[in-house]
Amino acid sequence: MQSRNPRRALLESLRWIDERTGLFWMLRKSVFHRVPRDAKWWYVFGSATMMFFTVQLASGIVLATLYAPSAADAYQSLVYIDEQVPLGWFLRAIHGWSSNAMCAMMLLHLAQVFLHGTYKYPRELTWVFGVFLCLATLGLAFTGQIMRWDADAYWGLGIGAAIVDRAPGIGDQLRAIMLGGPTISGATLTRFFALHVFILPGATIALIGVHLYLVLRNGISEMPKPGQIVDPATYREGYESRVHKSGVPFYPDAARRDMVFCGAMLIAVVGVAAWFGPFGPNELPDPTNIHASPRPDGLFLWIFAALALLPPASETPLLLLGPPVGIALLAALPFLSNRGERAPSRRPLSVLLLVLIVTGLGVLTWLGTTSPWSPQMAAWKSTAPDVAFVEHRTPLETQGLLEFQFAQCRNCHSIGGTGGKRGPDLSTVATRLSWDQLVRQIQQGGGNMPAYGKTLSSAETQALVAFLSTLDGGTLKAKIPGALESQAALDASPAAGDRGP
Amino acid sequence: MSESDSTNSGGCGDCPCKDSGGVNENRRGFLFAAGTTLMTIGGALVAVPIIGAAVAPAAARDPNRWIPLAKSADFRPGTTVLKTFLNPVSAPNDGLTASTACYVRCLEPGKFQVFAVNCAHLGCPVEWFDQSRLFMCPCHGGVYYEDGSRASGPPPRGLFEYMWRISTDGNLEILGGRLPGLQEGT
Repeated sequence: MQSRNPRRALLESLRWIDERTGLFWMLRKSVFHRVPRDAKWWYVFGSATMMFFTVQLASGIVLATLYAPSAADAYQSLVYIDEQVPLGWFLRAIHGWSSNAMCAMMLLHLAQVFLHGTYKYPRELTWVFGVFLCLATLGLAFTGQIMRWDADAYWGLGIGAAIVDRAPGIGDQLRAIMLGGPTISGATLTRFFALHVFILPGATIALIGVHLYLVLRNGISEMPKPGQIVDPATYREGYESRVHKSGVPFYPDAARRDMVFCGAMLIAVVGVAAWFGPFGPNELPDPTNIHASPRPDGLFLWIFAALALLPPASETPLLLLGPPVGIALLAALPFLSNRGERAPSRRPLSVLLLVLIVTGLGVLTWLGTTSPWSPQMAAWKSTAPDVAFVEHRTPLETQGLLEFQFAQCRNCHSIGGTGGKRGPDLSTVATRLSWDQLVRQIQQGGGNMPAYGKTLSSAETQALVAFLSTLDGGTLKAKIPGALESQAALDASPAAGDRGP
Repeated sequence: MSESDSTNSGGCGDCPCKDSGGVNENRRGFLFAAGTTLMTIGGALVAVPIIGAAVAPAAARDPNRWIPLAKSADFRPGTTVLKTFLNPVSAPNDGLTASTACYVRCLEPGKFQVFAVNCAHLGCPVEWFDQSRLFMCPCHGGVYYEDGSRASGPPPRGLFEYMWRISTDGNLEILGGRLPGLQEGT
């Protein structure tokens, strides 16, 4: 192996390795394989997803050396990482924001592949393994939220347990396996830790391996062209001849765009992480703190919203059958349609479906962030009524305002735009309901409002109704410019009149 | 190996495998069957503790135990208060999660209702409001009356109730240990 020429020596060493490992043959096959010339910016999302996964692996491994996966210590170890470990907060921030970026890139990749009909022959199994990768990624995101071991993690597990518990016959056993015991405890955290750092990353690595192998075997799809039909009998031959004739090597031609996009995204994520910092931990995971108001991470807010809006009778079947049926349908897509047109312009139903799904998930996520169905649990004591609702009131009406606050009406009802949004805004309720109707609504409830008949005395009810009867719009007009217009718009909505106070 | 196999094959007489290849086939078949069997048995033995430990919680015996909360005389009739207790099934590393909270409603001396804090909808913590005598859930807006019955919102039923008794030394005890859920049927 000795040689006077260092360049020659290096080449000889590489040849020695290649002869024994076949490594360079493999690299040549993967790095320089020919790809369609028109595979441009639409094709960068898969690479970006994988890049963020490697960021997750690297940052996650170091975090695992600092994190204490014990219910007694996990929270404090996160505080320690944030406050004591040099750059620990930055590491956690990058792990959290890169997780969001990985999910975003994966969803964009999924949408692009769906929009371009790339799942059709011969890439059916590439799609199926992609669906599994999607599930593993969502699983990593959910289990990652549990690693924060704060109030959101604790109650999030409670919600998961309540869903699993609904499975008829086996709910109890499934829940015990999920929690590692009869309650959410130390065993639950270690189970989710094992999922988060061993099982799901391992599965993801294996699935990426198969996914990439299939990409190499079947080639990167061309940009869809209207009229270019996918026919399994002739597709492969046509694709190979086209790529052979006009294709370019993946490296450097196509890889250049991947590198630019990935580099830009990486810098963006690091910037966002440095600016906004890490996620949580928020409140302590204390089961006896009943003032917690748990919320899931952004990725799962649409589920939180759907569970507030679904008719109660449909919840259990949808919760239990929805995920398996949805996943099965997604995975089965290429088996339902693996030939024909790929161009979006020739697949209007697919485009419509994608638009509907994206809009639906977007609207549910937005609703999840505002969660108008959630009572504002502290509004009754911490949200002061505007002075316009106090002045010029008789003692009885003022007493009614106090009842309005102390009976927690404000938790669900706004006046003057502040307070809960679960029930209708009552700023102009006197224009909608008469004295008698107000009394009946308060005493008997209905329309998603509890009955206060047993809680409030008749004197308290009378005072409350006396106050509500002053809310005829005059207060708003005089004291809160603009509020009346927004209330008028609210009143104009068809459901407003049916809901009662 | 094939040489010695073929020299031994003479003893096979007129059995169907009289040629040397037959003996080899038999031996190979035996080895393959033995290998498969041994690997299956070995794999099954290894799987017993692996799968066993993973699914053991599903087969665990009833975790519920009688847990003392406080002297029954300490509860004032007409009040609903939050009480906490230690889970009967717990491990040293449970931390804060070793505790659970419940609401005790004292109807009259010696007569109680004990509610789980978990909303019957999806398990979020419900908060008691003494003034309106309502339990409200911050997640999806489930509301319950003071007797635990459903008042409004998405819950499919009233609050989960613990069984209670008064021990001989005057303690209010509840039967608890399992995170309440719809399978409980109480």
